[in-house]
Amino acid sequence: MKKVFSRPRSLKSTPFHYCAGCGHSIIHRVICEVIDELGIRGNTIGVPPAGCAVVAYNYFDVDMLEAPHGRGCAVATGIKRTLPDRVVFSYQGDGDLAAIGTAETFHAANRGENITVLFINNAVYGMTGGQMAPTTLLGQTSTTSPPGRNAILDGHPIRMSEILANLEGTAYIERVAVNSAQNILRAKKAVKKAFQYQIDGAGFNMIEVLSQCPTNWKMNTVDACRWVDEVMSKTFPIGVIKDTGKGRKDAD
Amino acid sequence: MKARIVIDRELCKECHLCVQVCKKSLIRTTTELNSKGYHPVACMENEDCTGCTLCAISCPEVAIEVYRER
Ligand SMILES: Cc1ncc(C[n+]2csc(CCOP(=O)(O)OP(=O)(O)O)c2C)c(N)n1
Ligand code: SF4
Repeated sequence: MKKVFSRPRSLKSTPFHYCAGCGHSIIHRVICEVIDELGIRGNTIGVPPAGCAVVAYNYFDVDMLEAPHGRGCAVATGIKRTLPDRVVFSYQGDGDLAAIGTAETFHAANRGENITVLFINNAVYGMTGGQMAPTTLLGQTSTTSPPGRNAILDGHPIRMSEILANLEGTAYIERVAVNSAQNILRAKKAVKKAFQYQIDGAGFNMIEVLSQCPTNWKMNTVDACRWVDEVMSKTFPIGVIKDTGKGRKDAD
Repeated sequence: MKARIVIDRELCKECHLCVQVCKKSLIRTTTELNSKGYHPVACMENEDCTGCTLCAISCPEVAIEVYRER
């Protein structure tokens, strides 16, 4: 019999430290599958964040350079400007990208830096124990919003993808999820297109991934995946948010 | 047998996404323990697996390999 599914070459055999059912693990594998399919393993540089994915370099079999909390887009900018022939991606959580790193993200997008950003939205600060993030939904409980997020006290959840889509410099932005096999396959297509856009010199591109965090949502994995569909995607609708078509047409 | 899957019981963290996604209900929970203290899932031996790969695509731990008669 022929092997039709196994670990991608770019994903090391190290077992993941992530919690059971965590979306980070799935997204890591999807990125590695894309790196394999595009044949860019020796040519790719990743930038891991502070957050649950802080040791992502233990898993990706590509060069990686850790960024301080929130500064992924700034570090990726430096790498890409110095080594423009490399494929450079920044991997960031929602606390990282949409709170402490808002300025770096916004201005890299506005400058149209030719990098790919993987924005992992799990609606909480995962690593530090489930505090409210800029993306926490209205009414969602967290350790710092025990009665649920309240718009008057805490503001509304920030839709970074829609905001960045308004900037001239952004070429392609899509929001995907990894809560079902079908959505995982769609997410992979989007990541591949984003990398292809970078290779084609299109400019700033970002894939936002709705990523289950069963631990801090205090749910089992099956319920967490259902919650992405039934609740989270109402505030963060899945789909293409901006596509300038600047990448190669066959990127689709 | 048209297809089969191989589960790495040491990688399984018992999230049960595969149990849920298998259209033929071929993956079951167990009470065994792996070295991390999880109860790994197991595949039932039978002829029904089509090698659709849905379980492997869903598995966060990349613990499932799928084999198919081409
Ligand atoms: C400068 C700085 N401030 C604060 C922290 C503490 N810290 C570590 S991870 C984190 C938030 C992580 O949340 P998120 O970016 O949403 O990623 P997740 O863990 O959910 O994947 C914080 C505040 C830090 N490491 N560095
Ligand atoms: S705390 Fe949440 S985001 Fe972090 S590893 Fe666990 S499930 Fe994943």
